[in-house]
Amino acid sequence: MAGWLEFEKPLLELEQRIDELRSFADDQNLDVAKELARLESKAEDLRKQIYGKLTRWQVTQIARHPRRPYTLDYVRMLGIDFTELHGDRRFRDDEAIVAGFGHLNSRKVVIVGHQKGRDTKQNIQRNFGMAHPEGYRKALRVMKLGAKFGRPIITFVDTPGAWPGIGAEERGQAEAIAVNLFEMSHLPVPIVIVVIGEGGSGGALGIGVGDRVLMLEYSIYSVISPEGCASILFRDAARASQAADAMKITAKDLSELGVIDETVPEPPGGAHRDPEAAGRAVGEAIERHLSELEQMGSVELVRKRLAKFMAMGEFKEV
Amino acid sequence: MDQVSWLKRRKRGIKDSKKREMPDGLWRKCEGCGEIVYHKELERNLWTCNKCGYHFRLQANQYRDILVDPGSFVELLSGIESTDPLEFVDSKKYSDRLTAAKKKTGHNSAVLTGSGRLGGHLAMLALLDFGFLGGSMGSVMGEKIARLTRMAIEERVPLITLSSTGGARMQEGILSLMQMAKTSAMLARLHDEGLLHVAIQAHPTTGGVTASFASLGDVIIAEPGALIGFAGPRVIQQTIREDLPEGFQRSEFLMEHGMIDIVVHRKELKDVVVKVLDFFTNDGPDRAEDTLGQARKQGL
Repeated sequence: MAGWLEFEKPLLELEQRIDELRSFADDQNLDVAKELARLESKAEDLRKQIYGKLTRWQVTQIARHPRRPYTLDYVRMLGIDFTELHGDRRFRDDEAIVAGFGHLNSRKVVIVGHQKGRDTKQNIQRNFGMAHPEGYRKALRVMKLGAKFGRPIITFVDTPGAWPGIGAEERGQAEAIAVNLFEMSHLPVPIVIVVIGEGGSGGALGIGVGDRVLMLEYSIYSVISPEGCASILFRDAARASQAADAMKITAKDLSELGVIDETVPEPPGGAHRDPEAAGRAVGEAIERHLSELEQMGSVELVRKRLAKFMAMGEFKEV
Repeated sequence: MDQVSWLKRRKRGIKDSKKREMPDGLWRKCEGCGEIVYHKELERNLWTCNKCGYHFRLQANQYRDILVDPGSFVELLSGIESTDPLEFVDSKKYSDRLTAAKKKTGHNSAVLTGSGRLGGHLAMLALLDFGFLGGSMGSVMGEKIARLTRMAIEERVPLITLSSTGGARMQEGILSLMQMAKTSAMLARLHDEGLLHVAIQAHPTTGGVTASFASLGDVIIAEPGALIGFAGPRVIQQTIREDLPEGFQRSEFLMEHGMIDIVVHRKELKDVVVKVLDFFTNDGPDRAEDTLGQARKQGL
């Protein structure tokens, strides 16, 4: 059972048993309807028991699940005829971020997203979805290209964070992210952000400024990783679970804090249990928000986007 | 001693801010070169070591006194204060940390905002205070800087930011992260209005502040030897498990890599800022009169 989470395993084992019983019964022409029904109802109970009250740390694990759909999976599931564009025209092509264009239903859209790898080889190539400055600059280049021709932009956020390395610092990681926040705040086209997995800090926000910010039910979005917060504030990275609770990083939390516009529901257990269902939910939400945003002129769009971010934060005035 | 050799002698990393508070004693040990420096002399040198050039960390009101023409500063937005939206607790409660920081600094936030004149030019200033919870950006800093930027637009005057910060304030979670978007979005508006933003980076400028307004100056000025970057050196070292190059993430290194316009000694900081304001603004009243006078002279 490699690639599955500890707390998922009892359910997976039960589901496997159900499948085995069903195929055995089919082969032997046996009537096991009663037994099957019993097991199914047990599985249903187990599902409720496991997923009904997930801790924030368990949600974090689902958000990072090795089987979770990534940006290019959603691009495929949404039926987009994706043409990828490469490079920042300054330094190199950063494969931790993909960017390009295609049709969503009949609409012409620009797509940008972090991209993680499925195996070690891919993860080295994609740097685990942790972009360098050139990744953010590529993203901006392609978004500006889209904006030039009035095409709406969809971004998929899924990164542990921007890469903390020597080259990244030398080439201005901070500047690259800052410029993206600055520019995305006034691009004159609709921008829909979907956090599909990990929304890791500035590295996530670097492609995360838009008119609508959506989060998948079991994704996370935080100012620093739970491990990072734990090692700084709790002096122990192992207390990440406690840090996750303290920082309030789930879609439900962010919805309550007024940071996101909508939580996109996932299939029971998470998007990896039924990727196509997750894909349909994401597609439906994007379509709905884009249709709304397209009713606005660019001046109104940018004005409302600024107002949206201006309203974020909590303080008192004395 | 030249700047390179004092850089070598410096200890790496961000040190406890308590050690840097200004002493009442007559003498002070330089944290750059270890020399004992006369307090009065340090003060005369704007808290820089005349032996090695080391820049001591300052509080926001000290920068205010260095930058602004005497008597011209008016504090604005001082009534905005932090709440504890997440009811955050680590080894201490965030609300207790806030109370302690207020008591220690005598200020109610990590940023001093106001208007003032620099060489006659009216400008809006946001000066970060490392002494207040590491100059970290939470909702209050974001709100104050965003509103101050809007006031700069309304008054059609330049904005000057001075950063000295560890980055986003973890205790306000995602709300802190969103302040990066908020301040950057307002700066985009300032830019669209054709107004100037001068960003000054002092030791240290890291994390979410570097990845937002501190890197968005039309002109970016840094003090010598300041640690400036996105990720902190310890995080980088732990991630890549390699030694970091000499002078890595210091102002001079950043200038060499094209990320900063000018590295300026604190004693010349105001002169350079005024030069930038002189060149890129047209609305200083004195200058406007000068221009009018010139035009009259030429019989226009």
